[in-house]
Amino acid sequence: MTLDTVSRFERALEALEVSFTLTLASDASEAIEAALEPPVVGVPLPFDDVSLPATVETAPTSADLVGAQTGITPVRFAIAASGTVAIESTTAGEEPFSLYPERHVAVVAESDVVPDLGAGFDRLERAFAAGDDSVVFATGRSATADMGGLVHGVHGPGEVHVVLLEDR
Amino acid sequence: MADRTDDRSQTAARLRHLLSTEGEAIYANASTLNNRRAATYAATDTLEDRRATARAIKEDAIERLPELLETVREAVESNGGTVYLADDAADANRYVADVVVDSAAREPADDDTAVDAPSVVKSKSMTTEEIDLNDALEREGITVTETDLGEWVLQIADESPSHIVGPAMHLSRKEIADLLTEAFDPDERFETPEALTRFARDHLGERIREADVGITGANFVVAETGTIALVTNEGNARKCAVTPDTHVAIAGVEKLVPSISDLEPFVDLIAKSATGQSIAQYVTMLTPPTDSPTIDFDADEPIVPDSSDGKETGSARATGTTDRDFHLVLLDNGRMAMREDDQLRETLYCIRCGACSNSCVNFQSVGGHGFGGETYSGGIATGWEAGVHGQESAAEFNDLCTGCSRCVEACPVEIDIPWINTVVRDRHNRGADPAAADFLVDGLTPDAETGGLDLGKRFFGNVGTVARLASATAPVSNWLVGSTPVRAMLEQALGIDRRRDLPTFQRETLVDWFETRGGFAASKTRASEPGARHGDPKESKQRAAAGGPDREAILYPDVYTNFVDVDRGKAAVRTLEALGVPVRVPDLPESGRAPLSQGMVSTADRQASRLYAAVVEDLDAGRDLVVIEPSDLAAFHREYERLLPEASYETLAENSYEICEYVYGLVETGADAAVLQTGAGNEPIAYHSHCQQRTLGLEAPTTALLERCGYDPQTTSAECCGMAGSFGYKREFYEVSVDVGERVADEVGSAETVVASGTSCGDQLETLLERPVPHPIELLAPDD
Repeated sequence: MTLDTVSRFERALEALEVSFTLTLASDASEAIEAALEPPVVGVPLPFDDVSLPATVETAPTSADLVGAQTGITPVRFAIAASGTVAIESTTAGEEPFSLYPERHVAVVAESDVVPDLGAGFDRLERAFAAGDDSVVFATGRSATADMGGLVHGVHGPGEVHVVLLEDR
Repeated sequence: MADRTDDRSQTAARLRHLLSTEGEAIYANASTLNNRRAATYAATDTLEDRRATARAIKEDAIERLPELLETVREAVESNGGTVYLADDAADANRYVADVVVDSAAREPADDDTAVDAPSVVKSKSMTTEEIDLNDALEREGITVTETDLGEWVLQIADESPSHIVGPAMHLSRKEIADLLTEAFDPDERFETPEALTRFARDHLGERIREADVGITGANFVVAETGTIALVTNEGNARKCAVTPDTHVAIAGVEKLVPSISDLEPFVDLIAKSATGQSIAQYVTMLTPPTDSPTIDFDADEPIVPDSSDGKETGSARATGTTDRDFHLVLLDNGRMAMREDDQLRETLYCIRCGACSNSCVNFQSVGGHGFGGETYSGGIATGWEAGVHGQESAAEFNDLCTGCSRCVEACPVEIDIPWINTVVRDRHNRGADPAAADFLVDGLTPDAETGGLDLGKRFFGNVGTVARLASATAPVSNWLVGSTPVRAMLEQALGIDRRRDLPTFQRETLVDWFETRGGFAASKTRASEPGARHGDPKESKQRAAAGGPDREAILYPDVYTNFVDVDRGKAAVRTLEALGVPVRVPDLPESGRAPLSQGMVSTADRQASRLYAAVVEDLDAGRDLVVIEPSDLAAFHREYERLLPEASYETLAENSYEICEYVYGLVETGADAAVLQTGAGNEPIAYHSHCQQRTLGLEAPTTALLERCGYDPQTTSAECCGMAGSFGYKREFYEVSVDVGERVADEVGSAETVVASGTSCGDQLETLLERPVPHPIELLAPDD
């Protein structure tokens, strides 16, 4: 992944008012901890040597989900040009955990940041061919203009933070 | 006739009411979306490729629809879901009600109530509006809650959507705040959008958590995988689809695309065309029944099993499958018949982005409650309503499409929306019963229409004949139609609003003037006088220069230039001669634009053939057809493709030019612009191009020409002047026309000089600004 793609991703996130942390795997615990507002529900991270803080509830009840301030999930890949993260729906709960809490923290490996929508669809098609079946392209914060002005945080998160693992 | 007059009054009153109640909010929202869409389109290099690809995918998918229906059934069933192909609204509603009742019966009832009413949460779906699903479910005792905030507001207000994408677009912030304050009686009145949204989120969040069934539409359905694509900004479709354990997705059969890769151009285009966003917040590609765990908000157990080592990936599938039920309801409701209809088929390519509504000036004034039928609104609504609810529903509002064609470049799948409107108008005309008064106009009109056609339409469709007659009898004809009794008669019989100034017909036509002046021989002499330097517009357009650098022009004497606005024709002749181009002005047949605008396709077809026959020799001789009136040129370049054999259409389209485009070509390739009346450097002028001219991409040559001639033209942002040929004359539409026109007038009003390319645009602006608004060629033409 070229530096250019990462900086493009960063610029797109900035335009979407999505905050962003670039971190090495060895420093990831600290970076992740700093991005969370408790209480937190989350999906375990699949990246080597990177794990969730112990305070994150990975087997929440529905009451935990409703009460959570932050949901943290890994994402399969990201699209630099639009600042999109691709959230896969699995039994581990990425879909509700990224959707219900006010704040979503998405963790992505730098090697999974692709330049544009075309490259994103290449990844998507490969994932579907390999058996994945449900993916959400999430771009920025939940929004509506239906109440007479632009408001963020409608049915989905009003805050989004991306943690990018630069050596993964 | 009396009925028709009453109809006109009623339509006028209905539209007047909408202008005053909903117009302001609609204009603010629709024009903002249109401007954003245009800016995003302009910034997207790949736009035209994407549109062409999306179009091709839709053409292929509709062609292969029966096969795709089989494919999707197999895919969904092998995933563990069910597909139901519903013939019509009643069939679909019955099926969905059964699913909801069955699903609710499986749920344990709450302790405190003996029997819960089955409940449904919905995300926005125009298809469920089309079948009136909510009413049908409520009749079965099912509670239905819309979760898209706009739809929810309408559900509370008990109103219908005024826009395909922004259903509550017609309501102001204050109206929404008042409505919700009244409905929910909060401790503190709702004031801000933030407070309203917060309340809605909490209130609707509860409804979603309690619901038995989630119902969504589908923006696209992937046949091979059974994947539903849902495009939203709020996130409500995601919640409705995955929270309850039963998900019903309802979509028209036309939403099928073959494979996952086919989604790409649509995902790229749909948010751009709808709102000008580069991509929507959430593009959910969901293959139900999904692995995402269902959430029982009454339970205390974990939603997902504990994976205590903290490393386990979600896709490792630590637990068994979740217990989900999925039903895909694919709706026919007239669509398979539309697929067989050569004229309506294109409607099925529509992705319901609302770009045609936003780009339409009449829609911007009255919204979808005026410019819409039972369900759908905006330009494409004519096709949808004719297809799913029948022609009468389309006929109600079809005349609000003036054929201005600004939606053509807005449509992400390149649907020729004006043509669909023309065809449906034609069919409606033909379906009408012959009126007693038909014999009165039969003798006067040279058209190819059957009886029963609205007399006003027939009059405007034959305006060339009327103009010829009026010119021959001018000035008596002008005095006559200027009189009060005659205006009353014209209003009564033909629906011509008496508040509108009528054109003043000239006794000496452009063709007569040109002949009197010495015809082609004199023109050739003038063009060869010193000072006239030769240019070659063909070279500038990078077309093959068939006849060498010395051009000869046929100036098309369109109805308005020939009989009414003769001065702009004279200006065009003088300009061309000064630039070294000899001119011929033959008496040519009408273009067919007038009958096309009234839905008189057969008449237009006959006129196209006559026009081509009259000019083909000149074209074969290498002469160029130069056109002043943009709507006539647009007929040659757009509609003639459907009216003439391909080779004839191509010959005419390739050799016909808009006057300023042609003159710009001349000065760019060697002709001397100094012989024209040039401005003093950066002389500011306001220029309103013509709607159809813009769609042809021909605004730019006029602005470039004006700049080259020492002017600093400021162009208008309003898509159309609202006059649109006959539209602004019609009694039922006069006020809409003036409302639209005032927006253009406001834009140009402060400029000292205002020019406009179209006759209608000039007339509209002259009336509203109360000063002359000439054609740009009149500004530039050398004195005689």
